[in-house]
Order: sequence, then C-alpha cells, then structure tokens
Amino acid sequence: MTAAAFDEHLDAIKEIATRLPAVQLMEVCGTHTVALFRTGIKSLLPANVRLLSGPGCPVCVTSQGYIDAACTLARRDGVTVCTYGDMVRVPGRGGSLEVQRARGARIRVVYSARDAVHLAAKSPELQVVFLAVGFETTAPATAAALLEAESLGLKNFSVLAAHKLVVPAMEVLLADGDVPIDGFICPGHVSVIIGAEAYQPVVSRYHKPCVVTGFEPAGMLAGIAAVLRQIAAGDARIENVYSVAVTPGGNRVALDVMDRVFEPAPARWRAMGELPASGLRLRPAYAAFDAWRRFDLTEGDDYDPPGCRCGEVIQGKSQPADCALFATACTPLNPIGPCMVSSEGTCAAWYKYHRPPVEV
Amino acid sequence: MTATLSSPEECVVLAHGGGGQLTSRLLAERVLPVLANPLLNPLGDSAVLEPVRGRLVFTTDAFVVQPLEFPGGDIGRLAVCGTVNDLAVMGAIPRALSLALIIEEGLPLATLDRVVASIATAAREAGVPIATGDTKVIERRGGDGLMITTAGVGELAYGVDWSINRIAPGDRILITGGLAEHGLTIMTQREGMGIESDLRSDAAPLIDLVTALRRTGAAIRFMRDPTRGGVAGVLNDIAEGTRLSVHVQEAALPLTPVVRHTAELLGLDPLTVANEGKCVVVVAASDAQRVLQACQAHPLGRSAALIGEVVDASPPLVELQTAVGGARIVQRPYGEELPRIC
Repeated sequence: MTAAAFDEHLDAIKEIATRLPAVQLMEVCGTHTVALFRTGIKSLLPANVRLLSGPGCPVCVTSQGYIDAACTLARRDGVTVCTYGDMVRVPGRGGSLEVQRARGARIRVVYSARDAVHLAAKSPELQVVFLAVGFETTAPATAAALLEAESLGLKNFSVLAAHKLVVPAMEVLLADGDVPIDGFICPGHVSVIIGAEAYQPVVSRYHKPCVVTGFEPAGMLAGIAAVLRQIAAGDARIENVYSVAVTPGGNRVALDVMDRVFEPAPARWRAMGELPASGLRLRPAYAAFDAWRRFDLTEGDDYDPPGCRCGEVIQGKSQPADCALFATACTPLNPIGPCMVSSEGTCAAWYKYHRPPVEV
Repeated sequence: MTATLSSPEECVVLAHGGGGQLTSRLLAERVLPVLANPLLNPLGDSAVLEPVRGRLVFTTDAFVVQPLEFPGGDIGRLAVCGTVNDLAVMGAIPRALSLALIIEEGLPLATLDRVVASIATAAREAGVPIATGDTKVIERRGGDGLMITTAGVGELAYGVDWSINRIAPGDRILITGGLAEHGLTIMTQREGMGIESDLRSDAAPLIDLVTALRRTGAAIRFMRDPTRGGVAGVLNDIAEGTRLSVHVQEAALPLTPVVRHTAELLGLDPLTVANEGKCVVVVAASDAQRVLQACQAHPLGRSAALIGEVVDASPPLVELQTAVGGARIVQRPYGEELPRIC
C-alpha cells in the first residue's frame, strides 16, 4: 500500500475519533505490538484511541510451570532440548534455559520444529525434545515435523507440547470483563491459518468488532480505522482488511495436519490459570512422541516472579509502566518476566521503542 | 596414500600445532609463502618495526564467526578488516598486524588455505603487512574449526583528533553505505534458516575510504564502525557519550531491497544488525555535503547517505522519524539478535 493510502487511513481515524469517547482497542498479536511501535504509528494516533497489547506473545503466555519443566528436562543426561530463541532467557525457579546451558545442559536454538527432527535423525544417540509453544502459527509446523519424525521411524524425537489457541483467550478476557475492550485488531499470521471466520464467537457472544489486520503501516491503519468505524456505527462484525493473505476459512492443509496430530485440551496460561479447550495436546495415536509421558514430567505451578506484573500485562490489565520493576530492576539485559524477554513481549517493545532509557 | 578426513594430508591434526616438524611444514608450505612480507620474513620472536612520527594506536579483536566462509568473505577477511577498521576510524594509518590462528583439529586443509589466501588479499587491500603471528592446534571441541585473533598497530595521522567529546549540536551523521549486509548474510547462512538470497557480507578494509574523507579537510568530529550492535549501537554510544540526542530519518537509511526484505522476514531492525565495511561519521553541518560527495566518489562509499543530526534535547535519546512520519526511539540491541518465532 502507498503513502497516500496511509495518509487517507490516518485522516479517517482522526475524523472518526472526534465522534467517539475514549476507546480501547486490543491488538492481540505481539507482532502487531512491535510493528505499531516500530513504525511510529502509536505516536500518530488521536489521544482517545488507546491500543492495548493482548495475550498474543507465545513466550509470554507460557506458564512458569512449563518453563520449570523444560529446565528440569534440559538437565537430564542424554537429552538435547531444541527451542525457539525467545524461550531460552525466560527465568524459571532454577534459572532460565540459558543458565542451564551455561551449566552444561544441551540446548539448541532452532528456527523450526523440522530442524529438531533433522537433528534427531542425524544423532540417534541423543534424545531430542522440541519445546512446542506458540499459537496456531507454530502448531501446524510442530504437527508436520512430528509426522516427518514418524515417517522416518525416529524413536529419539519427542515434543513437550504447550500450544495455545488464540480465540479462547480473547473470550476469557471478555468474559472476565476487568478490562473494557471495544474492539480487536486480530492477528494476521494466526488468521492465515485459522481463517477470519474463526472470530465468530467473539462477535456473536460478546458483540465486539474483530478486524483481521496485516502488518504493513497502511494495513495496520486500515485495521484501526475499520474497528473505529464499526464502533461509531454500533456494529460488531468480522472484517478482513488483510485479504491478500487471509481467507474466511483459513489454511485447510495446515488445519488438517494440526487436527490429525493434536486435539483441543485445557491449557495453563500465565496468570490466567487453566482455560478449557484453549490449548492443544497430542492425540493418543501420537503418545509415543509425547515428552510429558516419555520423561514423566508435569507442568508445575504457575507463579509470577515477586513483583512482576507480566500476568496483568498480557491481559491488558496493566501497562508496562505500571510495574515498579519495569526498566528499573527488569530490563532486556536482566529480564524478570517473560514480557521483557520475548522480542514480541509488550514490556520489551515499550522498553525498546517507547520510554526514555533509564538514566545511569 | 588414501586421503581420508583423518589423514594429515587432508586436514589439520593435533600434531600440526605441537611445534615439531608438522608445524614447521604447515607454516612453511601453507601460511608463510602466502603472507610473505619484509616484516614477517625474518621469522624472529617479534617483528621489528621502523619508528613512526605520529602517536601510536593499538587495538585487538577476536573472531569466532560461523560459518567460517560466507558470501562476500570469510573469517580471514573479517579478521583483517575488523582490526584495520578499528585503527582507521581513529584516524590512524595501519602499520602492522599480528595474526593468531587457533585451529581445531579436523579443519580441512583446503579451508585453511582459502582462509589464509583471503587474509593475504585483505591485508594487501588494506596496505598493511601481517608482521607476526602464531598457530595453535587444539583438540576437537564444538566443531568451530577455526578462531582468529588479530592485533594492529597504527600511526595517528597528523592533526587528527576525532573523539566523541568533539561532537556538538547541529553536527550531521553520515553512514558510508548500506546497512546490515554482513549480519543478515551470516544469519541467513546459518544451518536451518533455509533462506536463499543474493545477500553478501560487506566486509572490507576502510582505510582508503577514511583517508579520502580525512583529506577533504572537513571538520570531522568522530567516526566509528558499526559492527556488533549495528548503527543503533553507535548512535547510542554518541547519545550516551555526549548527553545530546540524535535524530535519525528512517527514509534516509541506505537499505538495499534484499536487506529490507530479509530483515522484514526475520523481524529484525536493520539498524541493530552488524556491518563490517561501513563507518558512521559525525561531521560539522557546514562540511556535511563535502564529506558525502567525497564518500560517494569512493568505490566503498557509493551509497553513502546523511541520515540524521545531533540535537541538544534532553533526555539524551536516539529518536527515529519513521518513514510514515511517526516517531520512536532506537535502543541499543542486547544479546544476540534472534529471528522471531511467529
């Protein structure tokens, strides 16, 4: 989209905003949070249009108990843990995965689940465990990798699954009602997989506008403008301003692979507790690849590090600046909570793009 | 004799580093002839340098890049350019380099040959001799293959006093060429990325370019090469060192389309990605155009651009005017930049 389109959307937003009281839109996805900051869009919006970051950072919503289980696993002899990079610095009770690695644990940063399968195929002497976190964006890739491991007959590959589903989390925030949310900027990447129609429950049960939005500057403004237009008109519909990538029904192939390997299950979210049908577990047919079973692990208690408000931040209940630790005790160099660790985390985005750095 | 990977003919073995005959042969056949120059040739315990008129400038750097070879360069080229550039941006003319090779047993000799040849080429481009060196072979560990340390001594050019303390409000910021080419090249070459592109590392010795800029006689305040930490790191050095703010225009940043797209794909900010053949120059506003033209007239500075200015605003921040007219700050990157996961 062009600069002209950008200006047009921005003018529209400013015009509609004059007719609205203060409104809060939630951008569900961490990639949007970062992109809105990085492009400077946050600095251009009218004062009565407030953007809240939602529970869309995969690392941030992962429960502390999962981090602790992953660290326990990494310390076992003969185990190599493969993980996405953002996970390695999240502090657990006995230190982060990074700390375990420094103490000699075998931890590999990979860019996809398939890398872990290939490592397992190359190194039959290792037990390779993939830390399967993330939303519907990463779950199909985990499923495809697991099917590849099965077809290769690998006995030394397993996944520690804690995949989460986006729509149930949005519903919980609305049911909770603590934070007034007037509309959603729905995640572009996740929607490529699940399809725009997946937000129907949010629209029909809670009467909130849902606009599927891309990541280009003009596209993000188009999304914000569309939500505001619906609010002004008293509407609540699904709208898709990212139709170049997102279809109503999503990616059938990816959904089928995901459905073949995983089934919906209750899942533990950081600070939000166990939410019904909000995560994915392996179907019984793939139990042989289940690292929870293979290594007899359980997801321990969830807890926030003392003083840390990440749990509130991911629900939009607090802004990073509300947390006494933010940018004082908790910085990207010494993160206390996951929102400061992950590149998609709300606190990391605020620290990096928004507030003045700490005076030293 | 059958060549296998464990054969001394085909790869480096521990005995190569033992100071015995194999070591002598390795050096005599594969390293010394390639790097030969009058300072190195006597093979004394130290190299003896001629006296210089200016003040001495001295630096060192260690190189552990993976993979060892990548489009646009290799660890050898990097080891020469890194040290030469650290001297050059101080306003020094490099006079001699040292070279220490730490080789993991198992490194194919063919790889070693290519890296040594590349060291020789880069040193020739920079006009500086490898005056002294050392080689150690260590037992196989992480499979890194080869690590290099170089040190360099240079002579400060007459009258040059480039320092962060000389920067004043109103000064302009120039970058000598496109951002992020080295860092993105390395990241996309790593195992498992599966990204094919025509990205090339920009690794190059900058001494000739810096000399050309110095000879303009312009009021240059400060230079630094934005290696690890990228341009964001250097701009934050400036803000912290001067207690002044730096304002940068996103639209002015020289980015090739392939850099723009790859950074977008990986979720990285090109400002925070490493360069190995670029230099950030702070220059008085009145001389900015002159330095820009001198830069663009040099083969290594064709895509140079003025990207911002130093502003007396508090608190001291690096602020980016985004391409769409918004504003945000630019922070120093922390730790290793990792591609995003979703």
